[in-house]
Amino acid sequence: MSYAGVPGLVESREAHGETTLVVDPARLVEAAEHLRDELGFNFLSDVSSVDYLGWSDEPVAGSWGDSSGRDLNSPGSWGLARRPAPKPKRFAVNYHLLRLVSGAREAPRVRMQVWVDDAELVPSVVGVWPTADWHEREVFDMMGIRFSGHPNLVRILMDDDWEGHPLRKDYPIGGEPVRFSGEE
Amino acid sequence: MAIAPERPRIYEGSRIPSPIPSVLLVPDELRKTDDILEVNFGPNHPSTHGVLRLVVELDGERVVGLRAVIGYLHTGFEKSMESKTWWKAIPYAPRMDYLSFQANELAFVMAVEKLLGIEVPPKAVWMRMLLCELNRVHSHLVWLGTSALELGAISPFWYTFRERDRILDLFEMVGGARMHTRYFQVGGLAEDIPSGFFGECRRFCEVMPGAVDQYEQLLDQNEIWLKRTKGVGLLSAEDAIALGQSGPVLRGSGVDWDLRKASPYLAYDQVEFDVPVKRNGDVWDRYKVHMDEMRESTRIVAQALEGMPGGAWIADDRKVVLPPREELHTSMESLIHHFKLVTEGFRVPEGEVYVAVESPRGEFGCYLCSDGGPRPWRVRFRAPSFVALEATATLMRDALIADMIAAVGSLDTVMGECDR
Repeated sequence: MSYAGVPGLVESREAHGETTLVVDPARLVEAAEHLRDELGFNFLSDVSSVDYLGWSDEPVAGSWGDSSGRDLNSPGSWGLARRPAPKPKRFAVNYHLLRLVSGAREAPRVRMQVWVDDAELVPSVVGVWPTADWHEREVFDMMGIRFSGHPNLVRILMDDDWEGHPLRKDYPIGGEPVRFSGEE
Repeated sequence: MAIAPERPRIYEGSRIPSPIPSVLLVPDELRKTDDILEVNFGPNHPSTHGVLRLVVELDGERVVGLRAVIGYLHTGFEKSMESKTWWKAIPYAPRMDYLSFQANELAFVMAVEKLLGIEVPPKAVWMRMLLCELNRVHSHLVWLGTSALELGAISPFWYTFRERDRILDLFEMVGGARMHTRYFQVGGLAEDIPSGFFGECRRFCEVMPGAVDQYEQLLDQNEIWLKRTKGVGLLSAEDAIALGQSGPVLRGSGVDWDLRKASPYLAYDQVEFDVPVKRNGDVWDRYKVHMDEMRESTRIVAQALEGMPGGAWIADDRKVVLPPREELHTSMESLIHHFKLVTEGFRVPEGEVYVAVESPRGEFGCYLCSDGGPRPWRVRFRAPSFVALEATATLMRDALIADMIAAVGSLDTVMGECDR
């Protein structure tokens, strides 16, 4: 399978038997239509996002620490063996595509990936795969990445008046206020 | 015996609402008549399988507007797992779904194994397959019992829970817990298969096919069941694919697709089974797919019992897997490995993977991202229930309010998995 013709292709890489196509966000919809119509990826399995804030940060003394450093009193904060390769931008949005043919005995998959920084827009692919509707709403809700052209970009899992985006790395666990009954 | 009249079968073209695929909007001219009644259904309603809220707009009994609201059971599983070591994150995966826990656990464990590049011994592979199929039967049994209950048929519930209890007994034998067994470990199984398990499991395989026949006897010629399921909740194959549907919903719409066949994982390429496919895309066909899948799963369980290889139940990799208990008293290295694994956990090489398994509800995917450290950088689950509920608006186009229970029930959703 050749992905050379995918519009806006920045990079194509293979790892663990999976293909990742990094695509220019400006030409995302074009690339999505090409993958669907020309290469037959008619099924959008999933849209996932990753926040790389603090990824590959400067090490703390003695070992490559993770972003929170190495805490000897906290098991599991073991430093990294080596520093991971830096990422081009803060957020990655992954589109897991599948070619679904009834009765086929193969399941070719490809991962389309775009990179954005905070407050940058990603074009919506709801017009290409309708199932992206809720997936993109979840990415917006959890990561705060906005999709331009989405018909109904509102929160989906959190309350409508929730502040912050919980899956961001700078959103602390236990950071939400606890409300008690009888409280003003 | 009277059989329900034939209703219009699968439709031409697309019924996915536009511009928002998951929301059915009331047409303006209908809105002007001032005859539209807005009804809030849920989030706490006995027939929504959890906390699903449906905002329905009615013109008489006809559904003209519909919006599904989810998130009432959002628990932040994905966020919590980021702060746990790989090992301690395993119990989170099954706890999202109280019915298909083992399939969910499998997806997470397989994704970690894919990043680690660790090989799982055959005995563990076959046992995983056996348990996942038992889990599928278990999930379908609860689905059948509750769905029939919602449509007024109380008896099937008692029958299905009879067999479900036998399956839970089997789970209790292997893991000590009746649900959320956490029996799959990175590298294999947490413990060896207990003695007595095979005998009990064989007896279950003898009973189960007859039990499925019994459920069908209760429902197949029940006129109320026929009238409430045939021709209701239509979904065409094209719409199902566009909406990302998977599992029994997709197969009920005539798409021959099963990840166990299309991209065999575990030992599914070494056992014989058929993929049930139905053509009409209604609630009845989804029911039939579930019934046939229970038979096929029982077939796989029986074959797994026969073909179960011997040998180790977990990989021999001291950097990832706990050393055997008896070695701790004699070997210093084993003690160190044990200590390091329990306190700090193991490291997983940098990278990202997506692993999908055919859970009872469809494609359950796990996307993992690791920075090379002892904790996941990002865990993401592709929950089939979440995707299935997107189709509610399409299913309910021009349907009656009473059909909603049947249609939503047939999607076989678990809200814990949907909201994660």
